[in-house]
Amino acid sequence: MKKELKFKVNGQPYDIFVEPKKLLVEVLRDLVGLTGTKRGCNSSSCGACTVMLNGMAVKSCSVLALQANGAEVVTVEGLATGNKLSPLQKAFLDHGAYQCGFCTPGMLMSSTALLAENPKPTKQQMKEGIDGNICRCTGYNSIIRAVTAVVKGEYKEAK
Amino acid sequence: MSEYSVIGKRVHNVDGTEKVTGSAKYTFDVVMPNMLYGKILRSPYPHANILKIDTRRAKRLVGVKAVVTGKDTLGRKQGIWRRFPELCDEEILCRAKVRYIGDAVAAVAAIDEDTAEEALDLIDVEYEPLPAVFDPMDAIKEGAPQIHEGVELNININRHIEWGDVDEAFEKCDHIREDKFKCSSQAHVCMETHDAVASFGHNGKLEAWTSSQSSYYIQRLYADMLDMNESDIRVHNRHTGGGFGSKFELDSAQFCAAILSQKLCRPVKIVLTREEEFTATKRRTPMYYFLKLGAKKDGTMLAKEVRVITEGGAYTAMGATALYLTGFFSSFPYKYPNYRYDGYRVYTNTATTSAMRGFGAPQSTFVGESQLDMMADDLGIDPVELRRKNGMTPNYEVPGQAFIQSCGLHQCLDKIEEHIKKQGKLPPNHGIGVSAYGFMSGGIFNWFNTPYAFSAALVRINIDGKVDVYTGACDMGQGSNTTLSMICAEELGVRLEDVRIFSGDTGICPPDLGAWGSRQTLMSGNAVKRAAAECKQQLIEFAAAKMGANIVYDLDIKDRWVHLVDRPERGVSYFDIVKETIRGKDGVAIMGRGHYTPHRKGMISPAYSFGVQAAEVEVDPETGRYKLVNVTTAHESGTVINPLGIEGQLEGAIMMAGGYGFCEDQPMDEGKILNPSIADYKLIRSLDMPETDILEIDTYEPEGPFGAKEAGEGLTNPTAGAIGNAVYKAVGVRIYDLPITPEKVLKALKEKEKQTKKAKK
Repeated sequence: MKKELKFKVNGQPYDIFVEPKKLLVEVLRDLVGLTGTKRGCNSSSCGACTVMLNGMAVKSCSVLALQANGAEVVTVEGLATGNKLSPLQKAFLDHGAYQCGFCTPGMLMSSTALLAENPKPTKQQMKEGIDGNICRCTGYNSIIRAVTAVVKGEYKEAK
Repeated sequence: MSEYSVIGKRVHNVDGTEKVTGSAKYTFDVVMPNMLYGKILRSPYPHANILKIDTRRAKRLVGVKAVVTGKDTLGRKQGIWRRFPELCDEEILCRAKVRYIGDAVAAVAAIDEDTAEEALDLIDVEYEPLPAVFDPMDAIKEGAPQIHEGVELNININRHIEWGDVDEAFEKCDHIREDKFKCSSQAHVCMETHDAVASFGHNGKLEAWTSSQSSYYIQRLYADMLDMNESDIRVHNRHTGGGFGSKFELDSAQFCAAILSQKLCRPVKIVLTREEEFTATKRRTPMYYFLKLGAKKDGTMLAKEVRVITEGGAYTAMGATALYLTGFFSSFPYKYPNYRYDGYRVYTNTATTSAMRGFGAPQSTFVGESQLDMMADDLGIDPVELRRKNGMTPNYEVPGQAFIQSCGLHQCLDKIEEHIKKQGKLPPNHGIGVSAYGFMSGGIFNWFNTPYAFSAALVRINIDGKVDVYTGACDMGQGSNTTLSMICAEELGVRLEDVRIFSGDTGICPPDLGAWGSRQTLMSGNAVKRAAAECKQQLIEFAAAKMGANIVYDLDIKDRWVHLVDRPERGVSYFDIVKETIRGKDGVAIMGRGHYTPHRKGMISPAYSFGVQAAEVEVDPETGRYKLVNVTTAHESGTVINPLGIEGQLEGAIMMAGGYGFCEDQPMDEGKILNPSIADYKLIRSLDMPETDILEIDTYEPEGPFGAKEAGEGLTNPTAGAIGNAVYKAVGVRIYDLPITPEKVLKALKEKEKQTKKAKK
């Protein structure tokens, strides 16, 4: 039996019917059509599916879609405004904080949520903020450099 | 170097914006009209005969469109060593026998993944379990279960490399060490698991999208397995979510999707689960290593003898190459006048071992660099000094094997020595370990038996001066599309934003062997450079005529300005020249072709990169736990095309190679991998990642495009050895088997304590 799911994704309201067992990541990718959110393990251990649910970073493979009823979801597609990249996106580009790019949406969402909660994290806090996200390409340090640059205010004008 | 206008600049990757906005499309994201989803049934037994497969119940499930088994295939065996039919030994969909836990026996296509998954449970397979063998040391014994018919003692392949007179040289040595090591396996853990969408049309032609490092190999292997012309197969390479050596052989997702699609004439998508990724794809080769090293008192190393037995797993795959390369790179980066290697790859009833970033060299570097430090200790010589004394130099010939042109090993050693001195006296339980390495810039071998050039490219200049590059090279995240675009822009004299690249699409790109063996910067780079040069020549000929320049002048193009080299102010706009040249050619766009196949470059590679790494660890002697504090690397890879890219390769390699030394492992019980999930497979996360510093050394490789050579894999080699040496420096215990876990360190500390007490008594 499908159930109604009303929620906002990147500011856009959706009213759809989903099977209760459907995961948030599946609904975002298959029904809403936003494939930026990836799936690397389906067991909440790689972080590729990280999105923001009411401002908190969550792994969308371990959230039932219906748990997002009434919620505001932000995915990687919601970070840029038109063709204007968010400060973190810009910093990721400048610091080469991505390679294959498969973990990048999750990394960006975890770091965005971190900075929303704590705009002045220490280096240790930054590392903790992305500790749930695996990146097999970059070795993380470039990601930390990118977040640091944003924290230092180097990307203010990009807003 | 300032003479370049594009090369050496810190640029965004050409696909960077797509990747940070989530708009990059991977095979994982491909959805097609009328598409079905496939799942694969795998053997729960490490070794068994298949007596019967009954698919009737599965076929009756609503939503299931097809179920296939080995009987639906042509029964061919695939292998990437195509020149040697006996090494093509993998059916992918097994017909009569399974050889490891995870071997595929059937596949289902259904309207969605859930239905396909449910159908797997309804396939009844009757097995006859056979005695199995898991360790190569057991498998090689008389009377061990035979895994492949007619293969004596399960020896899949052996390799011998020798120069000089090793036995005579050992006689002359003042000191000889013999040591045993064991190198573990490692999983690639690409963030995008293996996946494919295969689509057969009613015309019998196949179109496939797949996450791959070599579209050409996949196309050719499809042709072999399906008995098709390769021109009837088009393989697309989308963005690829990592490869690291795991994605250039035909895999079960690709093959099963094609077999199902062929039956149904509908697109079929198969995405391997993370568990399948760990258990049913290939992995790094575990190796037993036996080393004998002889030196004079002054540290001159006279002879090295290496014996290796590798755990092959169920099939050959690229394991034969790993066996050869580990033997060759066991001599690196030193000038051994006498050297002998014997390696045996042994079939076992475990997941197949094959290529992984570094390709046999991380193993040889760990064991070699560990033993070298022990030798330094024995002789009372500083480890850096010992490496300096024996290290390779430019224009060195590895006797009968290889010729090394550029080599910056000694500059790297100097830099690392300086770095260590700068650290001064370390706090207690801290240690810095050193490890030196070298690696190839693409392999010369052609066991694949390709009739094509190793790399080829087409460059086309359109009427607006914008440039299209077509190359079979594959960008799996390492940034080759950016590197090749930069090479094209530099050669042609345009800006990076003028270049658009089409890569890895066998329908439109010339064949290229793909992204493995660190070959793309040098080989694909040379092909692109030559293709761009051919275009440029056409522009310059036209410009020379138009400008009426004295024929003694040379023309060049830099930053969109076609000009006289000696009088750069005399020139014309590149864009104008393009328009006029095309008009002059009866409206035909300007095209250039380039290719590269190494000739007269020895047996291994046209060029080698080098480096030295120093790892600092802090060990807690109470628990054996240790922390990676800092990893500093002095390395040289010729001219740096893309500095941001190289930094990424270097730091990423430390995450992967550090993991090999520090924590990554695939423990097994009776052939079953015990940790097939990211939660249980420990890899370096952000909190474990050490500080990383890079000391870039300038070299120029005459064979490389603009002097460049590899940077992708060599950096994976030194870290495990540096960690092992650092742990020894910190607390005085030597670990001989990877990974160097806290348990092993603690055990060794306790053993050391016991020995010390005994000695005191």
